[in-house]
Amino acid sequence: MRFMMLVIPKAYENAKADFVPSAELVAKMTKYNESLTKAGVLLGLEGLTPPVRAARVKFSGGKAKATDGPFTEAKELVGGYWMIQAKSKQEAVEWATRAPMLDGDIIEVRQVQEIEDFPEDVRKAAGR
Amino acid sequence: MASDAHRAIEAVWRIESARLIAGLARMVGDVGVAEDLAQDALVAALEQWPASGVPDNPGAWLMTTAKRRGIDQLRRKQMLERKHAELGTELEARQETAPDLDAAIDDQIGDDLLSLIFTACHPVLTTEARTALTLRLLGGLTTEEIARAFLVPTATIAQRIVRAKRTLAAARVPFEVPRGADLGARLASVLEVIYLVFNEGYSATAGDEWVRPALCEDALRLGRILAELVPQEPEVHGLVALMEIQASRLRARVGPAGEPILLLDQDRARWDQLLVRRGLAALDRAAAPGGAYGPYTLQAAIAACHARALTPEETDWTRITALYDALAQLAPSPIVELNRAVAYGMAFGPSPGLEIVDALTSEPALKDYHLLPAVRGDLLKKLGRFAEARAEFERAASLTHNARERALLLARAAQA
Amino acid sequence: MRFMIIVKADKNSEAGVLPDQKILSEMGKFNEQLVKAGVMLAGEGLHPSSKGARMRFSGTKRTVIDGPFTESKELIAGFWLWQVKSKDEAIEWLKRAPFDGGTEVEIRQVFEADDFGPALTPELRAQEERVRAQAARQARKT
Repeated sequence: MRFMMLVIPKAYENAKADFVPSAELVAKMTKYNESLTKAGVLLGLEGLTPPVRAARVKFSGGKAKATDGPFTEAKELVGGYWMIQAKSKQEAVEWATRAPMLDGDIIEVRQVQEIEDFPEDVRKAAGR
Repeated sequence: MASDAHRAIEAVWRIESARLIAGLARMVGDVGVAEDLAQDALVAALEQWPASGVPDNPGAWLMTTAKRRGIDQLRRKQMLERKHAELGTELEARQETAPDLDAAIDDQIGDDLLSLIFTACHPVLTTEARTALTLRLLGGLTTEEIARAFLVPTATIAQRIVRAKRTLAAARVPFEVPRGADLGARLASVLEVIYLVFNEGYSATAGDEWVRPALCEDALRLGRILAELVPQEPEVHGLVALMEIQASRLRARVGPAGEPILLLDQDRARWDQLLVRRGLAALDRAAAPGGAYGPYTLQAAIAACHARALTPEETDWTRITALYDALAQLAPSPIVELNRAVAYGMAFGPSPGLEIVDALTSEPALKDYHLLPAVRGDLLKKLGRFAEARAEFERAASLTHNARERALLLARAAQA
Repeated sequence: MRFMIIVKADKNSEAGVLPDQKILSEMGKFNEQLVKAGVMLAGEGLHPSSKGARMRFSGTKRTVIDGPFTESKELIAGFWLWQVKSKDEAIEWLKRAPFDGGTEVEIRQVFEADDFGPALTPELRAQEERVRAQAARQARKT
């Protein structure tokens, strides 16, 4: 099974546009990434630039409108993720425990949908 | 405000320009004229969209505008009546519809795009001309961006593109997808251009110390587009697989001082697993038809062996030697032989490896290539022939332009 | 450049209710366009948060709670990863997606390897590239 470990960093509540993680944190992340790699479970990872650099597109009435960040009302915005292969949610949670996070950070563990999870007619409609 | 609109228009251009030029080229039979018409439409967009906003169907707007200007231009230039009539009928016959597409229209767009790719990569053009024209017409890069990519003045590229268009027109190159037996040879020319661009970004020309990921991205994008246009061609998937897997290593290839890091020394945790998976999936598509592997597919398969190994120790060297044997038959080159030697050394021991390397010592193409003595030194060291190994490492150090690499080779000489 | 396009959860996605055939079909076509344009890197849907968990970090303490996370307004239902030249291109592509009814989709740029240094604006980066190219030309001459 595949799982996303979505990182919700406290720092992204008010990070500036030029924010980059500290060298210390990057070093810890690198070690963690190595452990995921060595265990053969790492499927992907990305760090996301801070929310102030985000854009949003709103779709209504058949039209799409784009706006730039920041989106001050929004809380708990994602700052990055790992995607891993795991036998169970518990295993994914265990991996999450070992991630180098800071005080107040949250990791949300979510299972990724597989094509096989959907009924035949839905798969056909989606073009698979 | 205006600059926001301009950036949005540039983005639309990047999405739409290739199809636009392709569709126009289908109508007017000349890529140069097609690009001019497309550029006219862009100018019109830059004039009107900041005020009116980007239209709901920007591709259709651009096409309609370009066509209208095309007709105006033809009338003004008073072309031969027959041509004018032909064109007029052609233009009227093509209805622009919204893109919740008819499969037929989709196929036509694909066909136009493919014709544009084959035309831009036509063998009547030099490789340099093909590359510049492809990046311009299909990659949507500006002349400046292309010039920067190849480290030549902008004027050089501009001239190159103008001349390329003239050559195509003079040679009356038909705007079409090659058929039958032709397709294979013409496709090879396209793949060559795409991989050339990729390599400019991946390892660039000798002496250039930095990787340029943006160029790799341009090449990958073109490769992926091509893979969807001719999915029945295994070598296209092979090339895409090779590029995806090589691109997966971009973050691991260059050290902090800008020195290149050899594959076996790279931190594999920095390999982009998303691209690795994409590469392996593309390789599956290349291998599927059940025929023999072509050169790109073979190289991709070799890259895949490395990609699948979590650590260098887990590398399936035996399989790699088999793949290099096949590659040496199909597309022999001194570099392939050198890599084959390394693989043999790893799979079967330093002696078999050395045997292959020794046959290369008088190879003129490798005369000044520092990795030849470096590989030889490595194998000699493993055989306990330390004095010879040291000499080889020193020779390698003298041949490299990279200071950091020189230091590393001298260190290996000292340890031998 | 790489961007993550984040589709937020709603009542339906959290309840495991699938969109109707028409939307699915349109989404399928949209995905196909992205693939044909060489832009699509990945696209995934996530199971509802009821199947998930959250872990809070505080010092050495780890607190785990199981989903669903009904109070959260920023739950993710799915995402794409796209390879495009600019944020504007990501926006233009996203505008072509078959969403409606007030759906809001977020575009986030991914950190590239060389981002972990002083912040580089596109202008500064272009300048840096020029400097590097110049240096490379120099190096080749020597």
